[in-house]
Amino acid sequence: MIKTTHKNIDWLLILLSVALIAIGWINIYSTTANDFTSFNFQANYGKQLIWIGSAIILALFTMVINYRFYPSFATPIYIIFTLLLLTVLFIGNTTKGATSWFGIGNIGIQPAEFAKYATCLLLARYVSDKDCDLTKSKHLFIALIIIIIPMIFILLQNDTGSALPFLFLIFALFREGLKSWILISGFTAIILFVLLVFLNQWIVVGIVSVILFTILWLFRKIKRNYPGVLLIYALIIVYIFSIETVYNKVLKDYQRARIETLFGKIEDAKGIDYNVIQSKIAIGSGGFFGKGFRNGTQTTLNFVPEQSTDFIFCTIGEEWGFVGSSFVLLLYALLICRIILRAEQQREAFVRVYGYCIAFIFFAHFTINIGMTIGLMPVIGIPLPFLSYGGSSLLAYTLMLFTFLNLDAKTNHWT
Amino acid sequence: MNFKHTYSNRKWVIFSFIISIFFIYIIRLLFLQVFDDQWDLKAKGNALRYLTDYPPRGLIYDRNGELLVSNAISYDLMVIPRKVKLTDSLMNELCTILSITPDDFMHRFNKAKAYSPYVASIFDRQISDETHGYIEERLHRLQGFYVQPRTLRKYLTSAAAHSLGYIGEVNYPEMEKNPYYKMGDYIGKTGIEKSYEEELRGIKGCQILMVDNLNREKGSFQNGRFDTAAISGKSLWSSLDKDLQEYGETLMQGKRGSIVAIEPSSGEILCLVTSPSYKPELLVGRERGRNYRKLEQDTFNKPLFNRALMAQYPPGSTFKLVNALIGQQEGVIDRNTRYSCHMGFAYGNRVLGCHAHASPADLVFSIQTSCNAYYCRTLKAILENRIVYKTTKEAYDAWHKKVLSLGFGQKFNSDLPYELKGNIPKSEYYDRYYGLNRWKATTIISIAIGQGEILATPVQLANLVAIIANKGYYYTPHIVKAIGHKDSLNTRFLEKHYVDVEEKYFFPIIEGMEKAATAGTVRSAAVPGIRIGGKTGTAQNPHGKDHSILVCYAPIDQPKIAISVIVENAGFGATWAGPIASLMIEKYLNDSIERKDLESRIINSILY
Repeated sequence: MIKTTHKNIDWLLILLSVALIAIGWINIYSTTANDFTSFNFQANYGKQLIWIGSAIILALFTMVINYRFYPSFATPIYIIFTLLLLTVLFIGNTTKGATSWFGIGNIGIQPAEFAKYATCLLLARYVSDKDCDLTKSKHLFIALIIIIIPMIFILLQNDTGSALPFLFLIFALFREGLKSWILISGFTAIILFVLLVFLNQWIVVGIVSVILFTILWLFRKIKRNYPGVLLIYALIIVYIFSIETVYNKVLKDYQRARIETLFGKIEDAKGIDYNVIQSKIAIGSGGFFGKGFRNGTQTTLNFVPEQSTDFIFCTIGEEWGFVGSSFVLLLYALLICRIILRAEQQREAFVRVYGYCIAFIFFAHFTINIGMTIGLMPVIGIPLPFLSYGGSSLLAYTLMLFTFLNLDAKTNHWT
Repeated sequence: MNFKHTYSNRKWVIFSFIISIFFIYIIRLLFLQVFDDQWDLKAKGNALRYLTDYPPRGLIYDRNGELLVSNAISYDLMVIPRKVKLTDSLMNELCTILSITPDDFMHRFNKAKAYSPYVASIFDRQISDETHGYIEERLHRLQGFYVQPRTLRKYLTSAAAHSLGYIGEVNYPEMEKNPYYKMGDYIGKTGIEKSYEEELRGIKGCQILMVDNLNREKGSFQNGRFDTAAISGKSLWSSLDKDLQEYGETLMQGKRGSIVAIEPSSGEILCLVTSPSYKPELLVGRERGRNYRKLEQDTFNKPLFNRALMAQYPPGSTFKLVNALIGQQEGVIDRNTRYSCHMGFAYGNRVLGCHAHASPADLVFSIQTSCNAYYCRTLKAILENRIVYKTTKEAYDAWHKKVLSLGFGQKFNSDLPYELKGNIPKSEYYDRYYGLNRWKATTIISIAIGQGEILATPVQLANLVAIIANKGYYYTPHIVKAIGHKDSLNTRFLEKHYVDVEEKYFFPIIEGMEKAATAGTVRSAAVPGIRIGGKTGTAQNPHGKDHSILVCYAPIDQPKIAISVIVENAGFGATWAGPIASLMIEKYLNDSIERKDLESRIINSILY
């Protein structure tokens, strides 16, 4: 057992997170400050400064706790936050149709952000168990249940955005032995769904058949299991025809509209895709070097909605241009890859799985949020970790990252 | 320890997935931000409002510094279609204020939207002061609309409509030709307003304001770094004499035709009267379109037709001056050449008639009495001059070149838009018409007396007299004397154009012209106390009674005014054109009219 020393702390991860928080604050200041002369703690940039202070305290606290605490208390933490998710349904406040936060005095707390942390902990604890084998359907089922319970509660809050990142934990399971075909089926399902937005279901069936039979013919020398192939074929066809029903009956109107605007099936600058258009205008007009700090017309003049929270990337794109926005992308890519790299070097399976889990939570937010602002993803309201204005998300991500830093610093590495 | 994780290799799949998403996003950003500039334009359309600062258009003065055209302020209601939230209440309110129908509203709105949803278009032009005040008060409710001040023309004379021209909104071809112009801008359409458009219009200024998502103004963009100030248009000093122009138009009341007067020593046009005309103020303001259509539809009077520049008449006997000059230059006649005339010129079995006068006539007398036979013989001598030219065609070409040097058969390329060039046929024309070598002097004898194919515009005839007054040169007739400052002369027209006739050959012509005024055909143009020289013309034409033509200049010894008068279908040159020219000269040189009887007889005569 290696004794705790600060030398084992991964300063690169700290540096990356501090850089993102600083960039975030500068851009929140740019969009929410009305003048340079006075400092207002009631404005978003002022409040965010208070949150940053709280995050530092939380980070220190997280770091000094004995690392054994986290696996041991994973289950109670998970239960507490799941229960909070349930409670918020009854006594929570509602914003934009989602009943997702508690108001305590002036501040609002969104338990969904913390539930991600709790889920990562419990999932890591369960999957890292020696006896757990994800190729066995029973164990896989339990792992999926851990992911799905908080998702269901969040979906009940009508907060689809916050539920989506949980699905990315599947990648962590993949690393721990989830059968590849499950992931492949998942991707196939997504591709088929996208195709179905554009094409008639019969055409999609035709395409699938042609591809399948071409593959069969190409690999005709290899011994095959014909009933299995037939089963897959049947499943795909059932899926194609059920999508139609799910798409039209289960999805809500606004969700369908968002998907269709994403693929350019609806165009209406003042309507549904107003946000996306304005977001693309802001980012696109930034050019190579950007318009400069506080010179972004689209963001400072309120054309972009939610510009300090979900659309913070627009401000970066407009004021700092391609240089600034690709720098931020790079910071995220480094952060995520660094976490995975450190996780891979862990002797303790718990730390490794936990690292993968939080890396994919970050990755989910990064992909969905930035993808949304540049028009590659449908509009889904989730924050950009460390950058977006908001206490809950900042504290939750600080908790996630610094728990990992604590675990990482105090456990053994492969060298 | 060498324990290997079973699924360790999967980390590479995961890394590649993350990194490919990263690169997809980077490439997307590259396209959005670096390669595609539509977003920048859209951002500007969103957040910037370009307020055009229209400079006042240059003023136009007459040659004596009297103001002819000035400016008046007016307001246009502008619309930026994309910023308008179309609601019933907005439509009702605007329809009531502007008293238009909802259909009309939608028509205007859609037209503006079709031009550009982002750029301001005129929704209603030249709204009244009352409506302007009313709209200003309600502007906060009319999102997407604003009021743009504009300058309109104000005319301080009811004359010279054709010379001054008018301004109107630019049309699509004009916008395509010059990107300076934007929808709703004004541009000179005819006259001085057109030929001096660039000097008069000045340069538009632009103020860039920022507006937020609710269309509220948020101050100037980057502290006005990109704003430009409007530069006022330059004033012009026309060569026109306001009093003379107005007087000429008064004299031409009830008559069709034109008066062109030129100052021979400078080529400056003193008056350019065309009749019937219209009042320039008809083509200003909200009624412009209706008035214009009315003028355009008046096919009987054709008030929009500028006869002084565009009517092409057979010059008749005034063209004898040209042949007299060229005949001398070609050496086929001199002042002592005498030709007999017994009521005309006989050729083949035909006779070109003449009136009764003493015979034989010498050069001076031939002008004084306007002898047809003399000029038929002169032309015959020119074209049959086999000492110099081998063929009729060659002789004709030499003649043609000299006629052109006298300003005929071509445009002056002056500052008067839409002039026509008249017609002096080339020898090729006759080759085609009669066949090669199938024509000779007698075939085309009518050009000797300014008939046949010969056509000239009033301004060319006035220029001919100016050439005679100058004894051999002219300045391009022009209508703008100075630009920007009263004394900064229009540099385009300072060049002397020498004609292909030597100075000495002008003296007999001038003598004949003076005698014509004292004891010849031009007596009716005589002005007591002033020595004038002139020549009448009576142009036969297929449209009815002959045109009455007279060209003259005065004073003989120090020419100040060269003038051509054409009164259509009024008979002999002496009858109508003479007295009109006479009064014009008296007006210009003496500044007052002694012969009130003559004046009122002319003014009150209606000849159509």
